Amino acid sequence: MDFLGSHLLTLILFFPVLAALVILFLPQEDVKVIRWTALIASLVPFGLSVWLWMRFDPSASGFQFSEQYPWYEAIHSTFHVGVDGLSLTMVLLTTLLTPLAILASFSIQDKVKAYMMLFLFLETGMLGVFLALDLLIFFVFWEIGLVPMYFLINQWGSEKGERVLWGGIKMQARNYASLKFMIYTMAGSLGLLLAIQMLGVLFQTYDLPLLYQKWNALEGSVFGLSVSTVKTVAFWAFVVAFAIKVPVWPFHTWLPDAHTEAPTAGSMILAGVLLKLGAYGFLRLVLPLYPLEAQRFAGALAFLAVMAIVFGAFAAYGQTDFKRLVAYSSVNHMGFVLLGIAAAAKVGMNNPDLALNLSKNIALNGAVLQMFNHGLSAAGMFFLVGVIYERTHTRNLNDFGGLFPLVPVYGGILLFTSMASLGLPGLNGFVSEFLVVRGAWPILTVYTAIAMLGLLFTGAYILKGVKQVLHGPLNEHWAHGEHCLTEINTREIVVMAPLMALILVIGIWPAWILDVINKAVIMLF
Amino acid sequence: MQFPILSVIVFTPMVAALLILLINSERKTEIRVTALAAATLALLLSLWVYFTYDKVAAGYQLIEKYNWMPMLGISLYFGVDGISAPLVLLTGVVMFTGVLISWGIEDRPREFFAFLFILASGVFGVFVSLDLFMLFFFYEIAVFPMYLLIAIWGWIKTREYAAMKLTLYLFIGSVVSLVGALAMYWQSGLRTFDMLALEQAAFSPAFQNLWFPFVFFGFAVLGGIFPFHNWSPDGHVAAPTAVSMFHAGVLMKLGAFAALRVGIMLLPEGAKTWGGLIMALALVNIVYGAFIAMVQTDFKYIIGFSSVSHMGLVMMGFSTMTKLGLTGAGMQMFSHGVMTALFFAAVGMVYDRAHTRDIPKLGGMAKPLPLVAVAFIIGGLVSMGMPGFSGFVAEFPIFMGIWQVKPLVAIIAAISIVVTAAYIMLAVRRVFFGSMPAEFEGHIGTITVYDKVALVLLCVIMIGLGLFPSVMVPWVQTGVQHILSLLGGA
Amino acid sequence: MTAFVPSNIFAILPEILLLTLALLVLILDPFWKEASRHLNLGWLTAGGLLLTLAVSLVLARPSAPALVFGGMLRYDWLGFAFKMFFLFSAAITSLFMMDVERLGRRAEAYMLLLAATLGMSLMASAADLVMLYLAIETTSIPLYILAGFLTGDEKSTESGFKYLLFGALTSTVMLYGFSLIYGFSGKTGLYELAASFPTFSLLALGVLFMVLIGLAFKVSLFPFHFWAPDVYEGAPTPVAGFLSTASKAAGFAVILRLFMVVFPSISTDWSLILAILATLTMTVGNLIALAQKNIKRMLAYSSIAHAGYAMIGVVAFSQLGAASAVFYLIAYILTNLAAFGIVAAVGRVTGSDDLKAYYGLSRRAPTLALMMMVAFLSLAGMPPFGGFVAKVFVFAAAVEQGWVWLAVVGVLNSIIGLYYYMIVLKYVYLYRMENEDEEKHPIPISRPYAIALTILSIGIILVGVLFGPWFGLASSSAANLF
Repeated sequence: MDFLGSHLLTLILFFPVLAALVILFLPQEDVKVIRWTALIASLVPFGLSVWLWMRFDPSASGFQFSEQYPWYEAIHSTFHVGVDGLSLTMVLLTTLLTPLAILASFSIQDKVKAYMMLFLFLETGMLGVFLALDLLIFFVFWEIGLVPMYFLINQWGSEKGERVLWGGIKMQARNYASLKFMIYTMAGSLGLLLAIQMLGVLFQTYDLPLLYQKWNALEGSVFGLSVSTVKTVAFWAFVVAFAIKVPVWPFHTWLPDAHTEAPTAGSMILAGVLLKLGAYGFLRLVLPLYPLEAQRFAGALAFLAVMAIVFGAFAAYGQTDFKRLVAYSSVNHMGFVLLGIAAAAKVGMNNPDLALNLSKNIALNGAVLQMFNHGLSAAGMFFLVGVIYERTHTRNLNDFGGLFPLVPVYGGILLFTSMASLGLPGLNGFVSEFLVVRGAWPILTVYTAIAMLGLLFTGAYILKGVKQVLHGPLNEHWAHGEHCLTEINTREIVVMAPLMALILVIGIWPAWILDVINKAVIMLF
Repeated sequence: MQFPILSVIVFTPMVAALLILLINSERKTEIRVTALAAATLALLLSLWVYFTYDKVAAGYQLIEKYNWMPMLGISLYFGVDGISAPLVLLTGVVMFTGVLISWGIEDRPREFFAFLFILASGVFGVFVSLDLFMLFFFYEIAVFPMYLLIAIWGWIKTREYAAMKLTLYLFIGSVVSLVGALAMYWQSGLRTFDMLALEQAAFSPAFQNLWFPFVFFGFAVLGGIFPFHNWSPDGHVAAPTAVSMFHAGVLMKLGAFAALRVGIMLLPEGAKTWGGLIMALALVNIVYGAFIAMVQTDFKYIIGFSSVSHMGLVMMGFSTMTKLGLTGAGMQMFSHGVMTALFFAAVGMVYDRAHTRDIPKLGGMAKPLPLVAVAFIIGGLVSMGMPGFSGFVAEFPIFMGIWQVKPLVAIIAAISIVVTAAYIMLAVRRVFFGSMPAEFEGHIGTITVYDKVALVLLCVIMIGLGLFPSVMVPWVQTGVQHILSLLGGA
Repeated sequence: MTAFVPSNIFAILPEILLLTLALLVLILDPFWKEASRHLNLGWLTAGGLLLTLAVSLVLARPSAPALVFGGMLRYDWLGFAFKMFFLFSAAITSLFMMDVERLGRRAEAYMLLLAATLGMSLMASAADLVMLYLAIETTSIPLYILAGFLTGDEKSTESGFKYLLFGALTSTVMLYGFSLIYGFSGKTGLYELAASFPTFSLLALGVLFMVLIGLAFKVSLFPFHFWAPDVYEGAPTPVAGFLSTASKAAGFAVILRLFMVVFPSISTDWSLILAILATLTMTVGNLIALAQKNIKRMLAYSSIAHAGYAMIGVVAFSQLGAASAVFYLIAYILTNLAAFGIVAAVGRVTGSDDLKAYYGLSRRAPTLALMMMVAFLSLAGMPPFGGFVAKVFVFAAAVEQGWVWLAVVGVLNSIIGLYYYMIVLKYVYLYRMENEDEEKHPIPISRPYAIALTILSIGIILVGVLFGPWFGLASSSAANLF
């Protein structure tokens, strides 16, 4: 037990890899065994992280469960992991969504072994980002996560669709989407990589707690430039990398493609966790490392956030592809996260104004909770889109209509999840969006006001989607014969059940999670 | 007296080559088994060398010295340091996998393996030579068999041209360095080719500045430095698989290593003067190589130009002359060696089955050749510097080293990372995924168990090194420490 | 000095044994039957030569250099070393000659070979102008005959005649030079002459020029090289091999001794002249060799180029330079003999010296091809073969004396060289016969060839790898010059 206690994070982090290696040696044909091994294996980190949650002491300051091992001594990088309330929430989200996504992928028939292995690798990649307390390790996992996702989209994405590129070259849509995803993110991380290298060169360490101090204490000139210039450049390098991942308007264009083409479970994880990596990067790195720059450029960030909210909503409304609609909704929702972050940045560190400080904390609480909530609802929405797509092989909203009577249970679940996404009071989305707006209002009033207008359109596009699928005149095509629509099955309900439960619980009683988040946010900065 | 491990490792392939030549050419199985046995022995010996190297004690170890020609101060002087020990290991690995992959060669396997082993002997010799004369001696031995290997067993369309081009380029390079080396020999007044003694010779700065370019660039030709890289993609493409592996995997390191050992270490002041030029050329290598690789449609040319790009990083690491940069360069030599060996192995396996390397004509190879696809992807990830693989571990310190010297260069060089990602991913997708052209349907055979062993071994090394850099970095660092002391404790 | 000392016999022991052997060949010849004659002759000559070599090595090694026989000869390592080379090349050549039609069955051929060797031996140790001239003619006349030995063969006749004409012309000029030397100094002993040319004078330079013409012809230095391709092409291949190695080495022995002993005072001048000649020789030889389609012509031009490389060592005018030149000749003799031996072995079967005849050789005769690779790579200057070390040494000597540009020229030339040697190897290893049926056209190698080529191949590698003792020999020869 002692061992377990002292190596908890490492275990959570690497268990999926171990499981993947086990799967490697399972026979290719035994699809069932592979599926169940993957599922059970992915439940272990979940169990461990629940245990972690229990043992976590929200009142203690600093990082807990820290582990540090030498890794790359030549460049002074150590394998340093640890959690605070912020990362803990994200770890929980990740370990929760992964088994659900794996369960959702039981319908995958092709190359199951490779699929499950990649999924488990993906989990480790994501967890690593959340757990890392060493900048280099952070980057390592940040990049590693890309690879499995690339192949998940590329190999198991939707088979239909073509994109015409420049010069009339045709490309399969999923290839296009996956390459775009890869290149966007890699290009984005390029600046991050360079900035990280610069930090390493300057301080001879990558340890985050140390960097927080040293970097902020840096004065004088670096590389013949003033510190503030260097910091500004590095700040934008970080911001761009994370903004692409979030994604923030105008860096979001990879997202609709990637989401649309990804397999259902891939979309779930993509929307549920991967987007959070960007937001987490803002919270973990950008704000603590660049408080002054963040304050200076808070307006710009807020602008981007509002643009994401408004344009995301408009764009979602304009979609005829159900999955694309949900994808743009992610842009819209993640805009709120960034808005909260921008608000906090605007206030800055050690602001003497208590009221503003309070608002800042509220906004940050909201942002973190919004990350968690969006993880739940977006995963749920994508899954539900996947469910109907598997049956009808179309995602065109105009091809549906009036399906509620045919599939009442599915309809109910879809309605419930949509409402959470829409921000219906009593469900989780409301809580977090409210917190963000409440926190941001006194700090960034105009932007928040515009954002709230955007909220209106959120309602519009979600209702439009729901209407086109469930209500209106019944499309007879799905009612009879071979195309007859079947009801959601037990496995799929099992996938949805935990999500729905959490959506409801957080909506009604958010305190259990906000406690953890709040403490972390206060300490964060 | 200690066991003369280094002599044994240098002459094992040579002796094996002679033994193979004595076997009747019709008895192909015996030839192959002998070759494999020798390669296995070499691999084990190189592992032994690597792990007996005492990285705490550092310096040159496992030293053997036999007077060869006292009159001119030539001796058979072997020893490894932290830079060369990993390269010896690399040679062992590539030799072993190269033999495995060449199992299927039907046309005169006897001569093939004999030449390949002579080449290997030369390579081992260069890496362990501490005598300048012997270094040249083995260097030439390593270069020439390449000609025959490419010309005889290579790709029929370009082999004659490529082999000749390659040999002439490399020969020109080496003789140019030779003149520089002779100048050093006389200038030092020590009447010895002992590089350890020459390190201390303290040549005048003017002398160093004059001769450094001869020595460095002469060798750097083999390292593929721009604008002398031209031979390399052609050579890679024309060579048979195992030879490409050797060529890109080990021989290019030979050039870089010799440029380091003879150029930078013996003429440190010259290196400082010319460092800027080297850096600029290396930058061209990195970026230009990546862009050229991007527009290739021949599978093997892509890898060929990617080698040019990656060897640029090695040169770049040298040019920083910082601890990190040199460490990274040392790591990159090993990492790129393994990676590119894997690449060429994978390309060879595809080509052997599809009989074309034209990317638009390929597709869907992952289905019949899943392991090859996985291996190629892993190689690709290493190539694009993906964390968790050896490429990252190697490239990262190089970049940090550049940051210490010229931050702007680091930023420009970083462009290549994205370009690399793009061309690797495009190649992977077009070759291994997508739909398979109808003419290949059912014609793509599986790979043999020898191929599998080779691929897995190479992959494991790259991942292992990526996850646990400490299995190699301390070695390289001890070597780097010595170089830095020569450079004036920078 | 003038008194006859019995131990002086050892100074000419090789010559005495050579003469004995020549007589033995003539005497025994009529007793042998036609069928086995060539075998007996060949084995006798080769065996005798090797025996001479061995006996001389044991008994006749010089100690301190001394002038013997009234100052006619100098008994020193330089002469001795070269004698050993000549004996060795003659032995190998006689092995090659055995199986050549119309040559191997004639005792005269062996006799002439031995006579020429005798002349060369004297050339190497001659210390007097008169002796020198006699020795040169003793060498040349048998070689004229050997070159044109295949009467009825137009090319061979042409070859012999051409060789005779040019040889006679240049040696006349040289003789004129000798007579001028004598006329101005009144002396003929090489070791006394240095005092007569104590400082620079145009006269000395002029005389040196004339002498150089004769010697340049011997070693086929530019611009006196043009006889070589025609003569080599027409002459029986083993003879061509002998001409290109032993005869050339003899020329070098004379150049080394004459220039370093007689004209040290104007060494800067003749060094420059020789450097320019060496440059032109290497460059012209290599460039023309590029275009050759006949392997003997190619080898002829390549051997012209090699004379240029060896000359670099002479140009350096230092002990190391002389030693490196001698070492170069050691490697070169072994290598070029091997090359011509292979050409002879192939030509005997295919009846052609065209490069096309070498297509698919590696499949027709793998071992022969391998030996050919050894020889050609050594010519190209690749380790672990003798040619590499030899080239490094001459370049090292040049750099030591500040002749960097000459070393660079040498280096550039060796690249050109590499190119055409590789082309030949390409034909051997890469190209195939027209119908790709090499198995049906094997190239049998007779025993003498096998023995000779094996010895040479091992020798090439031995010189290239264990170069210490060989260089020691070269070095002690060179030490006698200074």
